[in-house]
Amino acid sequence: MEDTLKSTATVESAGVVVAERVRPLAVDGRRSRAMSERIIGMVLMICGGLSILTTAGIVAVLIFETVEFFRMVSVWEYLTSTTWDPARNASAGEWGVLPLISATLAYALVGLLLSVPVGLAIAIYLSEYAPPAIRSVVKPVLELLAGVPTIVYGFFALTFLTPQILQRFDSTIGIFNVLAGGLAIGVLTIPLVASLSEDAMRAVPRSLREGAFALGATRFETSMRVILPAAFSGVVASIILALGRAVGETMIVVIAGGAQTGGVPTNLFASAQSMTSYIVNVLGGEASRGGDARYYSLFAIGLTLLIITLGLNLISRALIRRFREVYE
Amino acid sequence: MSSVPITPDSEIQGLGAPSNLPRRKVVGAIGKGAFIAATVFAALILVTLLARILFQGIGALDMDLLTNRFTSNNAINNGTAGFRTGIISSLWLVLITAAFAIPVGVGAAIYLEEYAPDNWFTKVVQVNVSNLSGVPSVVYGLLGLGVFVSFFGFNFLGRSVLAGGLTLGLLVLPIIIIAAQEALRAVPSSLREAAYALGATPWQVTWHHVLPAAMSGILTGTILSVARAIGETAPVLVAGAATAITLAPSDPLDGYSPLPLQVFDALVRPQASAKEFAAAGIIIMMALLLTLNLIAIVLRERANRKVRW
Repeated sequence: MEDTLKSTATVESAGVVVAERVRPLAVDGRRSRAMSERIIGMVLMICGGLSILTTAGIVAVLIFETVEFFRMVSVWEYLTSTTWDPARNASAGEWGVLPLISATLAYALVGLLLSVPVGLAIAIYLSEYAPPAIRSVVKPVLELLAGVPTIVYGFFALTFLTPQILQRFDSTIGIFNVLAGGLAIGVLTIPLVASLSEDAMRAVPRSLREGAFALGATRFETSMRVILPAAFSGVVASIILALGRAVGETMIVVIAGGAQTGGVPTNLFASAQSMTSYIVNVLGGEASRGGDARYYSLFAIGLTLLIITLGLNLISRALIRRFREVYE
Repeated sequence: MSSVPITPDSEIQGLGAPSNLPRRKVVGAIGKGAFIAATVFAALILVTLLARILFQGIGALDMDLLTNRFTSNNAINNGTAGFRTGIISSLWLVLITAAFAIPVGVGAAIYLEEYAPDNWFTKVVQVNVSNLSGVPSVVYGLLGLGVFVSFFGFNFLGRSVLAGGLTLGLLVLPIIIIAAQEALRAVPSSLREAAYALGATPWQVTWHHVLPAAMSGILTGTILSVARAIGETAPVLVAGAATAITLAPSDPLDGYSPLPLQVFDALVRPQASAKEFAAAGIIIMMALLLTLNLIAIVLRERANRKVRW
């Protein structure tokens, strides 16, 4: 009864009531709402934009100070000289970046020689063999391994890997050496390779496995000749990401690898200074703040490091994108 | 009759030949063994790592370690050394990092997932975020040194805990954004559509419906990222943290010496007692990390209990 009354009332007076009483209120509410919506949208956009500002800041700082460095040292010397012997005064030092880059790559390659086979084996096991119960145990262990601060791996390399393992095989190995640092980096990157490669392998459609099994292939043959090739670009992407991580790793190299500089390193059993450990050693060693050539060289090294890791990241992302296109 | 003669199986070439299946099965078993061995190897490394640290550090570990504030060799040798300054500095760092990176990171994630139009700006932000997550931490240290400690050569925040916290904040920002985006993406779009259909504005939809639903994922991701601030050594070392400070920071512009840096400082000294001290410091650091992780897990469980689709 009331319902019908109400509705007739609305119908009869619709134009007047809605126009004069209800709408002004609603418009007021909407206007303030629209205003606050716009402000909130702006604030959120600024949050997103801040990440661009961070990149701009990194690039600006590195370039700004690198330009100062190249006023003192020629770009040609930096890129081609094979001796790195920094000094406060630019003309007293030798500024070839090649020894630092090659030491960085030596650590990273030793690391990948450990983490790629082990990480891939774990990935294949988890994706193709492991029953769910084991998977649910191994995955968190891997995450735990990935969450350990890198200084702990440095501690591990310095107090266990070198004295208890490596020096047992060969007592001439120095307390600081490339091998121990590289192996610790390997341990650090195992979870990265394992979990990203496993993602790629699990994305391979089930029909490929079933097809292989139907043709009589064993599980091992299916894993190695069907799944691994099918997940190849994703696997390679994970390896390149691990390489980027290894190249940028700092504390392990500082602690376990020492600070030997000079020429291009030739001995895995001896100490060698990477790009990252040079930065830490200069800033951690003595108060070298501003002004001298060594300070500016940090930023030139930082820029070189950024370019290398960014390049690796771009390659890896392109590969992942390709791998996504294949199976969607 | 058919022109193709019917041949008995036994006369077909190859079928009677010895099968290679047994050999292939052996190869398969060896392969499986290798995969399992690799997995066990990784687990063993973790066990060895933790056991070594416990073994080396447990002797030096006591309550005084939490309250004493000297880390010199003398203090270590006569048992008066401790990580008080380091612990307080690290907690400051975590607080500043969280206060800066969580709102900005979650805000950026909301923008990218809920607000952003599909245009070039959004794409640039997205690509940029994933690029930033691959930048080495030591480069963030240089950013902190060149922007926060001194701003392009002008005095700014100095070698303060605020400069260090902001540096770490920028370091974990992309990780928080990516984690929060994943959590937001997991919220079913029917929830948004229902709210919009009832006339809610974008912010009402986000604040009242999407955020509560995504809260558990966001909390887990952000706390895990912020926890990294406890263990990061290289960026704060480069951005001006000191190893030789005995006074804990009492305001954001004070100098600081975070726990991992004190561990590092002790670790590179030659004597065995300093290494024990470092191991004890690592135990404290891992305990702090574990506590934060547990908080993340508890929060996630509580939030999970509230949300039912």
